[in-house]
Amino acid sequence: MTLLRTLTAKPWIWSFLGALLVWLATIAFTGGYGGGGMVTAALSLAVFTVIVGVGQMFVITLGPGNVDLSLPANIGLASAVAMKVMGGSDSMIVVGLLAAIACGAAIGAVNYLLIWALRIPPIIATLSASFIIQSIDISYGRGLQIKPPPGFASFTNWQILGIPVLAILTVLFTIGAAIALQRMIYGRSVLAIGQNIRAAWLAGVNVGRIRFLTYTLSGALGGIDGALLAGYFRGANVDIGNEYLLASIAVVVIGGTSVAGGKANVPGVWGAALFLVLLLTMLNTFGVSAGVRLLLTGLIIVGVITVAGGEKALR
Amino acid sequence: MLRSLLPALSLALVVIAIAWLNPRAISYFGFTLMLNLAIPIALATIAQMFVIAGNELDLSIGTFVGFVGCVTATWLKDAPLLGVIILVGAIGVYALLGALIHLRNLPSIVVTLGMSFVWQGLAILVLPKPGGKAPDWLLSLMAFKPPYIPFPIIAALVIAAVVHFGLMRTSYGVILRGSGGNPAALRRAGWSLLRTKITLFALTGLFGVLSGMALIGITTSADANIGNGYTLLAIAGVILGGGEFVGGRVSPIGAVLGALTLALAASPLLTFMHIPPDWQVAANGAILIIVLAARVLISRRER
Repeated sequence: MTLLRTLTAKPWIWSFLGALLVWLATIAFTGGYGGGGMVTAALSLAVFTVIVGVGQMFVITLGPGNVDLSLPANIGLASAVAMKVMGGSDSMIVVGLLAAIACGAAIGAVNYLLIWALRIPPIIATLSASFIIQSIDISYGRGLQIKPPPGFASFTNWQILGIPVLAILTVLFTIGAAIALQRMIYGRSVLAIGQNIRAAWLAGVNVGRIRFLTYTLSGALGGIDGALLAGYFRGANVDIGNEYLLASIAVVVIGGTSVAGGKANVPGVWGAALFLVLLLTMLNTFGVSAGVRLLLTGLIIVGVITVAGGEKALR
Repeated sequence: MLRSLLPALSLALVVIAIAWLNPRAISYFGFTLMLNLAIPIALATIAQMFVIAGNELDLSIGTFVGFVGCVTATWLKDAPLLGVIILVGAIGVYALLGALIHLRNLPSIVVTLGMSFVWQGLAILVLPKPGGKAPDWLLSLMAFKPPYIPFPIIAALVIAAVVHFGLMRTSYGVILRGSGGNPAALRRAGWSLLRTKITLFALTGLFGVLSGMALIGITTSADANIGNGYTLLAIAGVILGGGEFVGGRVSPIGAVLGALTLALAASPLLTFMHIPPDWQVAANGAILIIVLAARVLISRRER
């Protein structure tokens, strides 16, 4: 009973419950067929949402108005950069990954530079940056038909006993992110800034540096996500990151992180990402058309936010 | 003072650049062509301006414009009464969203991001394949050729004047802007913040509907993705026009000027400069950054 009470008090438990519910509904529909494969597929796809979700979570935790709208463009460009640098050869995988991370981190740094130099809200800064990144990507990635190196493609699809290796690595990464958030000076500073930026500054937190690091981190995570997506889906694409704007923000909010900032939750990002992916799987299994799928996805997200929300507004 | 002239200055600069690159474009037909899409962009920008006046943001206006476009090209032509009911209902949905966001204290970014999927889904259901046809009265309205002054310019003037009067000169307009500027003070003065939020969102819906209809009047047929680019264009237009993200500081005239600047800079200017269309989106971003940088410089000097 006590265990139950401790569990229900955790904000992240609801996202996992939602994921479980959707999964059960899907298996009930298929008559128990394909339940395990569905989990494997959900884990492989959720990884990409979790990685950008964690970056977005740190940004949103900085407080009202902080959000990274440049992630989709960032992911698109990084996927093209990674594929071009790797050039289809296995020996260049690490270099390509580093190039994608560097590209993403640079975008994040530019985002913060715009916020700082022009004193504009992060929404506008990351928005204008994403306009420019999009064009660079369209121009740079035009006619780019480079396949990922075979080693990289099989790495992103590698499974052990039905568990994607990428998912295991991402779990380790999220544990690291949770430690950084709760136990390290960096994470505590992010939380402090989100709770009260002025108090944090008076307490000696280097606000500018922490915000710079956070936007750069979010950018770098977008970069690595782009490279991994290009490996998983066998090639770069300008639109590869489009769905991650909604997804990255939605998993943060559904996962129990406060949109008002100052309160973050790492496990919830996993639960919410699995929920979103399984939701899509369910709608696909039910055989609904693209229009109905979009409609229901939107309605469910608005519904979940309405139930889970009720805190101070993001802006 | 200089700051409030910035939107007009940016537009003048873009027009001068076009005149310098291609003098023949500065004519009745040149402007009619170049400003072809300016009316729907200006209407979408005004729509976005209303939510921004209330310290919110609408990330679904683009797909909403697309949805309205699909309804306009199908039901509004074939069954006008049903079409009108659906469009009015859509405005009602916007009003409900405003109420929901206020009552549950939800982040408008997330709610409208979710709604963008809803509108896109509905648009695909209404019009699975690109097609449909605009009602004849709408076609002839958008093809109207008044003497001397191109129609898009007249339309822009009318939109700016009407919204300026409504939002800046009426007493309820002041209340609406005040709900973004100092909500606590308004509440203490006895005004309903729920009502202002509903009004602002309903106005966004109304201008979104007008934008979608104007767009279809120009393109003659619809496509479920036709409005997708408008979300970002509209936000950029409001900010270019001197709007601020917080504090209910917006300017309808500025927003229309911002929309015209974006409409001119995005494609005609680039074409005359022989820059490939790939860089159109970047041009919007660059203009936004340059204008914001200019704004910082000006406010530093004025301080």
